[in-house]
Amino acid sequence: MNNAFLALLKSMLGSLRDLAPIIAVVVFFQLVVFGQPLPNMVDLLVGLVFVTLGLTFFIFGLEMGLFPIGESMANAFAKKGSVAWLIVFAFALGFGTTVAEPALIAVAAEAASVAANGGVIEQTEASRHSYATGLRYTVAMSVGIAIVLGVIRILKGWPIHFLIIGGYILVVIMTVFAPKEIIGIAYDSGGVTTSTITVPLVTALGVGLASSIKGRNPMIDGFGLIAFASLLPMIFVMGYGMVI
Amino acid sequence: MLASLIDTLLATLKDVFPIAAILFGFQLLVIRKPVPNIKHVLVGFVYVIIGLTFFLVGLEKALFPLGRLMADQLTDPGFIFGQGASIPDVVNWADYYWVYIFAFAIGFSTTIAEPSLMAVAIKANDVSGGAIGVWGLRIAVALGVAIGISLGTYRIVTGLSMHYFIIVGYVFVVIQTFYAPRLIIPLAYDSGGVTTSTVTVPLVAALGLGLAETVPGRNPLLDGFGLIAFASLFPVMSVMAYAQLSEWMSSRKNDKKS
Repeated sequence: MNNAFLALLKSMLGSLRDLAPIIAVVVFFQLVVFGQPLPNMVDLLVGLVFVTLGLTFFIFGLEMGLFPIGESMANAFAKKGSVAWLIVFAFALGFGTTVAEPALIAVAAEAASVAANGGVIEQTEASRHSYATGLRYTVAMSVGIAIVLGVIRILKGWPIHFLIIGGYILVVIMTVFAPKEIIGIAYDSGGVTTSTITVPLVTALGVGLASSIKGRNPMIDGFGLIAFASLLPMIFVMGYGMVI
Repeated sequence: MLASLIDTLLATLKDVFPIAAILFGFQLLVIRKPVPNIKHVLVGFVYVIIGLTFFLVGLEKALFPLGRLMADQLTDPGFIFGQGASIPDVVNWADYYWVYIFAFAIGFSTTIAEPSLMAVAIKANDVSGGAIGVWGLRIAVALGVAIGISLGTYRIVTGLSMHYFIIVGYVFVVIQTFYAPRLIIPLAYDSGGVTTSTVTVPLVAALGLGLAETVPGRNPLLDGFGLIAFASLFPVMSVMAYAQLSEWMSSRKNDKKS
């Protein structure tokens, strides 16, 4: 019991060290640049304790739950040898984790008001809502397809850079033709889709697959799923802007 | 406090639910084998949910209000041009130096605390057998985000077109890809997507919107976006640069020995 407590204390200190830079930046700017005292010291300290605790628990849970299940499922699919089910799973994971992502919902709503102000859609609640919903499903779909594409790449052992560079070229071409209002949102949408729970799972899935397939290197073939999941939404969102 | 904990817990559960449903659904219906160490895994899930809840409530209590306040104060024309001074129609980008410094500092420090980056760094360290250091990767990514965000704020201040930056960035990444060590490339591409989540996005979005609202001639709806894109592009370069640098240093060491 004593050992477990020591381990917990140690990892809490680790989390505190991870947070130290933010604290330093905030305190420096508040005290030195603005020359003002820190407001709500009590809230600040309580919040800090919470963040430290939260980070510690998250890292524990990551290594106990998210990594093992991602890898054990990747192994099971590789052993089963059913590519079709693996692809269905990859799509479900990408689509399912993205469609309800709060950051995405916020960005989609914002995008709808940009479109309404730009005269792309009507300035009504209903049309904004349908635009936002359409955008959300587009992004979720694109993440699903991205994970599928990434999984196929791992199975086939394709080098990642041709696919990614091809994607970049497509993004650049589409930037020229897409409506101006959508471009900023499209570029940002690549970054917001990958949440804190999705990233470890998807990473474990990729690494697990690459380690259980003969001839694949987990370092070269296992990583890269996230890269697809951040690239494809840009292409799909610009496409959405061009179609609507 | 308790109310916000419960609210956040419910929201986190709602986020985790579809993921858990997919995982366990496929496990039960398709794989049809018990999960090894199921108890361990379930406890891990509970830890993740508790951890995220505390993390988010803590951020909301302590860091976000202060960070948003700072973004507001920094972009306030009164702070930049002096109290009571008139705001020029065309701003000089250099007047915003505190904004760039803040963008760099907050980009770096929030990325160091980003949980999804930790996950990827732990995994990369594992898979590479320790060749890729957890801290090396995290610092490389954080530097990339810092540079990306300060360049992004510079773009908002000057009103330059975002796609030129992004396209030049892409060209740079492509060229670098051909010279970087092969092992790092997938990880470098991944690092673009993992940097921007729970901690970084809310603070950075506040900074971008604050700037776009106060710099004369900028439209918050058009110019407020784009910081995240910068924060996802530059880590790709910085991670490849990190690998190139370590390769170069170890080859120099070997040269000296021989």
